[in-house]
Amino acid sequence: MNRMTFIGFIGILSFFLSCNSTVDNTDQQAPPLPKVAGLPTADTDNGGIDLPSGFGAVVVADTLGRMRHIVARDNGDLYIKGWKGGIWALRDTTKDGKADVQKKFAEDIKGTGIDIYKGDLYASSRTEVFRFPLENEKLLPGSRESIVSDFPEQGQHAAKSFTFDNQGNIYINVGSPSNACQDQPRTPGSPGLDPCPQKVWQAGIWRFDAEVPGQTQKANGVLYASGIRNAIALDWNQATDGLFAIQHGRDQLHQLWPSTFTKEQSVELPAEEFLQIDEGDDFGWPFCFYNHMTEQKLLAPEYGGDGQITGRCDEAKKPILGFPGHMAPNDLLFYTGDQFPEKYKDGAFIAFHGSWNRAPQPQKGYFVVFVPMKNGKVVGEWEPFAYGFPQLEVVESPSDAVYRPCGLAQGPDGSLYVADSQRGRIWRIMYYGS
Amino acid sequence: MKRILLCLGLLSVVLWACGPSEEKTTERPPITDSATKPKVDKAASLGEKVYKMNCLVCHQKNGKGNLGLYPPLAGTDWVTGDKERLIGVLLNGMQGEIEVNGETYNNVMASYATLKDEEIAAVLTYIRSNFGNEASAVTAAEVAAVRSKS
Repeated sequence: MNRMTFIGFIGILSFFLSCNSTVDNTDQQAPPLPKVAGLPTADTDNGGIDLPSGFGAVVVADTLGRMRHIVARDNGDLYIKGWKGGIWALRDTTKDGKADVQKKFAEDIKGTGIDIYKGDLYASSRTEVFRFPLENEKLLPGSRESIVSDFPEQGQHAAKSFTFDNQGNIYINVGSPSNACQDQPRTPGSPGLDPCPQKVWQAGIWRFDAEVPGQTQKANGVLYASGIRNAIALDWNQATDGLFAIQHGRDQLHQLWPSTFTKEQSVELPAEEFLQIDEGDDFGWPFCFYNHMTEQKLLAPEYGGDGQITGRCDEAKKPILGFPGHMAPNDLLFYTGDQFPEKYKDGAFIAFHGSWNRAPQPQKGYFVVFVPMKNGKVVGEWEPFAYGFPQLEVVESPSDAVYRPCGLAQGPDGSLYVADSQRGRIWRIMYYGS
Repeated sequence: MKRILLCLGLLSVVLWACGPSEEKTTERPPITDSATKPKVDKAASLGEKVYKMNCLVCHQKNGKGNLGLYPPLAGTDWVTGDKERLIGVLLNGMQGEIEVNGETYNNVMASYATLKDEEIAAVLTYIRSNFGNEASAVTAAEVAAVRSKS
């Protein structure tokens, strides 16, 4: 064997080795997870999703319908909001991770938001937020009362998602009723209204007393932050004692302004914006959108923007992080549990429902990501945490996806629950490592 | 020398085998603009071209729409039924709550009156005869007739 042959063989060998090392180990048969006291055994396929090493998942319930947000009670019961009406109440009496008791109530309430505050269940329709008293160990709550009503009727962005602070306040998302406040909605070349009248009662987050029944937006609402197109995902960060949300960025830059934006730009832009919110903040909708690649708030084309000009958007508050366009962040959860490894503490889990308008590129999102954070600051790169929900390599259209993550909840033991909006599968994700 | 060539040959096979693995949609999306020019399919009908330009983003390539946001064009009487109503939707746009195949939709569709009669006829013929739909063609004269009424 001469020298060149030897070098050749070494080269081939090293390429084989590097090939093996780049294989995604989630595609291999993972060794079974160890038993952990207090945690149910994970399903062998983790319910059809991929997770980081050491994590496993069990399907708590399946085919519930189109589920939106989810919350866990301190006894482990789950409550899940159904898009087409009703709240599901789930209980696992045998501690195998599977909900053997499944009940449905409040069938007339359609919508997204659900949460628990001071032991009571709160849930929202498209125009109202209700409170349901939870009593003792009963799974089903008592009769409801209205906390805030009379939000405007709107076709788009009507989800009244909400969260609570530690001082007795509830913060409710009131989305914009349009894409970009155009004179003629979603019409190519139609200019933006200036001022935008939709910012008076919409496109922001309103604060109310969480415990006083019978409030209305007009009589009792405090506009806490404005210029937010739609923030279905919002959560109170206990580490900073402050509000965070993720905005769905506007759609159709190319379709509405074909001579200003290319199709390719319209695929990536604008960013989905992760917002740290203080009282009085304005994040710039409809006048501005965010380019996460240049980290600029840019003037929207409806207001004379050309993809470069910042103009009045120099005044708009920037996000702490921008994600690629259209991935549809539908829930945010700051992890406060002790079950997951230390790096997850105080970090953010985000459920990206998945895009519909990245054609001609394949759609993106359809996963749960993790953003490492400490004291409200991003301290590392975001990464996919739970993925494979569509059960497809490439998603061309949202209707092709088998599952789409839409809601997140943390259980009393630190398990992470994910709710699916396509068929209504609910996963409980647990950590089995040491 | 032959051995060297053999080695290089094997190396290239290995490199090919190692090559780009299938892209998973779940991987972190690229930040950069890929800027690939869309392929122009000369054989594509006018209707398909108009569909791709104006309709596909919302109603999707498969015509199934986007549940709760944009209604499907596949398997609905809105598309395969009354032609006059369908032509009117394109000419006048649409707003307000509608029900399609048991789902409620309440979004905005812009008017496409700026399209030519031939283009509207072609795209309506396309959506009436694709996605599993099997309805009759729409002619430019039928579009012109509805346009003249409005």
